[in-house]
Amino acid sequence: MVSPGVWIASLIDGLLLGFVYGLAAMGLTLIWGVMRVINLAHGPIIALGMFGVYLLFAYGGVHPYLGLFAVALLGLLVGILIYAIAVHRVLTAPHLSTLLATFSINMMIIGTGTALFTTTPRNIDISLGRLVLGPVVLLGTRLLAALAAVLIAAGLYVFLYRTTLGKMVRAVASNRAAAELMGIPSARVLAFSFGLGTMLAAVAGGLIATFFPFTILSGGAYELKSFVICVLGGLGNPTGALLGGLILGALEGLIPIVLPVSWVPVIEFLLFVLLLLLRPQGLLGER
Amino acid sequence: MSMWRSISWWFTLIVLLGAGLWPIASGSATGREDMFLILMLVTLASSLNILLGYTGYVNFGHIVFFGLGGYIGFYLMHRQGWSLGPAMIAGGLATAALALVLGTIILRLRGAYFALATIGINEAVRAFVANFEPFGGATGMSLNFAVYQAYGGAAQALWIAYGVLLAVTLLTVGISFAVKHSKFGLGLMAIREDEDAALVLGVRGPRAKTLAYALSALFPGMVGVLFFFKNGNIEPGDAFRLHLSIETLVMVMLGGQGTVWGPILGAALYERLRGYLLTSPLFKSLHLAFAGMLLLLIILFVPAGVIGWLRARFPAIRRVIP
Amino acid sequence: MSLLEIQGVSKRFGGLQALNRVSLHVSEGEILGLIGPNGAGKTTLFNVINGVYRPEEGRVIFRGQDITGRPPYEIARLGIARAHQIVRPLNELTVLENVMVGACFGRENRSLREAREIALAVLEQVGLAGKRDVEAARLNVAEKKRLELARALAARPYLILLDEVLAGLNPTEVATMLEVIRAIRASGITVLMIEHLMHAVMNVSDRIVVLDYGEVIAEGIPQEIAHHPRVIEAYLGDPRLSQSLLEAQGG
Repeated sequence: MVSPGVWIASLIDGLLLGFVYGLAAMGLTLIWGVMRVINLAHGPIIALGMFGVYLLFAYGGVHPYLGLFAVALLGLLVGILIYAIAVHRVLTAPHLSTLLATFSINMMIIGTGTALFTTTPRNIDISLGRLVLGPVVLLGTRLLAALAAVLIAAGLYVFLYRTTLGKMVRAVASNRAAAELMGIPSARVLAFSFGLGTMLAAVAGGLIATFFPFTILSGGAYELKSFVICVLGGLGNPTGALLGGLILGALEGLIPIVLPVSWVPVIEFLLFVLLLLLRPQGLLGER
Repeated sequence: MSMWRSISWWFTLIVLLGAGLWPIASGSATGREDMFLILMLVTLASSLNILLGYTGYVNFGHIVFFGLGGYIGFYLMHRQGWSLGPAMIAGGLATAALALVLGTIILRLRGAYFALATIGINEAVRAFVANFEPFGGATGMSLNFAVYQAYGGAAQALWIAYGVLLAVTLLTVGISFAVKHSKFGLGLMAIREDEDAALVLGVRGPRAKTLAYALSALFPGMVGVLFFFKNGNIEPGDAFRLHLSIETLVMVMLGGQGTVWGPILGAALYERLRGYLLTSPLFKSLHLAFAGMLLLLIILFVPAGVIGWLRARFPAIRRVIP
Repeated sequence: MSLLEIQGVSKRFGGLQALNRVSLHVSEGEILGLIGPNGAGKTTLFNVINGVYRPEEGRVIFRGQDITGRPPYEIARLGIARAHQIVRPLNELTVLENVMVGACFGRENRSLREAREIALAVLEQVGLAGKRDVEAARLNVAEKKRLELARALAARPYLILLDEVLAGLNPTEVATMLEVIRAIRASGITVLMIEHLMHAVMNVSDRIVVLDYGEVIAEGIPQEIAHHPRVIEAYLGDPRLSQSLLEAQGG
């Protein structure tokens, strides 16, 4: 019999991670929501966020949490660049084109990254102590990461609903042609939205790097998790992504108590396919 | 069948047969290994093209059939003592049957949702097989060396596997040609262009799509058995490599989706290029980045692929290159 | 004899009652015009007839058989073909291949070779024979309209649903198209057509049914309809339509 303490500790552990997963997925779901593109470079961008924080810390002595700001800015710029080079021209082409265009960026980042950094695991050696509440032990880094994820999510919400630029993003998302008629420069708004999506992914990567070891290939696993989360929360819905992240985090925390940990992905991906099939309202509504 | 009266089919057959028989004629083991890889990729790309190029459904999880077929065949050879031929046919039929069931469910999804579901299925199957003890779990299975004795030793077994692969490749390309020039294929292409309009025109969409999916799953299942028989062992990481799945998509795009020759040329070009990049000291460590750049250039500037571009530029070659 | 019988069909989208207990029949061999202001539910009715939408209430009977809620491809094979209002060419296929799809999968379920013969004949009939090897995407709007019609005809249906095939055509093209529609009827195919071009529909139809806000408000021969008070009322809201109604009354 597993004690309730273990359940609670695992659940909280999972939920803390879930906030960060949710943040990463928000980036993916935002891009989908605005331009109907599934960004297959999502994973490598997460990995770039990890390496950004790591390199600044290891070679520049920049504190990881300070480095996150630089990573956020870089993430935005890289995203705008990717949009301009690979996405804009094929935005109206069939799905396969945008999927493969973003995948080509994936290959370029992974290829160059492997050449530069090899695939030896890295980690950022910082500790913020721990908080002990009865059976629950909370690592400071994870607590702070979850807090940061919540703040960024709240910031995104305020941005989208309270600022002019945010309203432009939503206008372009709901009807690009109409937004253009209203004088909104849709190409620039799309580029910015793509940048925003990659920024969220990069920052999530940076946060993960503060408590898990990583390689340039690590982003792939989080990309797959982001897919699951986006579908859990409804593709294109940033607030839903945070909720989806929490659900996934909770599952990852709790399943290993009753089943070997290797069953977690089986359950995750079955859930993913089932959700795609059984939530047709949001999912088949594209035509 | 009327395809035997078609110049372009004879052209295709002769080119493939010539290239495929060359290693056998020259007896070169390295030539055979190179050609094994190319023929395998031609088969994977051509079978993917039936769903991707003819029907317009983007499948990121084509490799799941390669892996699963490989596992089933391997299990039958390793644990049940089957020989290669029956194991290969069983592997292919099992994956085709799986696709038939899976297809009726997931082909209701369209566009990017279908593409995402195929990724999910590949990952779910990979994770499941890693937990499935009869298939050796995470460590997989290895063939006992003695198994190859039945084929006249390991060296001879490799030649046999190659010969069978050549036959499977010819069959795949033949079916791809036949489908493209059939009423069934016309229905698939109507679905690709506008699925709702096709339904109104009387195309039985659900059935046609599912059959196309099953047909495209049959050949990777068979090739998986051959590949892992030759390889001697199988494990989840090798069998369900999502990356290979996407590389196969790249090959189809490179050559030209929706044409018979596109996947053939695309697979051969991609493999030669990759081989060159891997051996060139300049590109060795950057081969993936370079392949990515190539892919992007194709998508941006030659979306119809090499064959598509040629056929649009020189309509006369349509008679020879299907 | 009734070829198609629509009995009390209702269809709603969220809060919008697109069709409200619509009943009408189409007799074998006639040309029935379906008119009404924009948003009256005409195209929705077509979508119910050929199985794109399933109605909440009511039945669709075709040649004595209940076809309500059957998938579009089954209905196509029973002998109902359709030309869409917004043309839907299969862009990367040639004009000939487009029409062959209609023949292959339509009522007669022809083989590829037979379909080719039928398609060539139909292309001749609609005046697209010269474009047979052109990709459908390259046709101009008028040609795409004719392709849409050719594809439906190649199915050799019992009933053809024409959704605004005259829209966007110049007067000469309209006249040609009307001839084509008459020829279709003469070949034994029953026609149910939605049309906004009032004088044309009055001219070609044997009977007319008027829809407004999802309900049938009038039914009768063209002369009756042109002077029907409820029809005039329904059309007064729309200056363009009332103008065309006036023209039709005059002619």
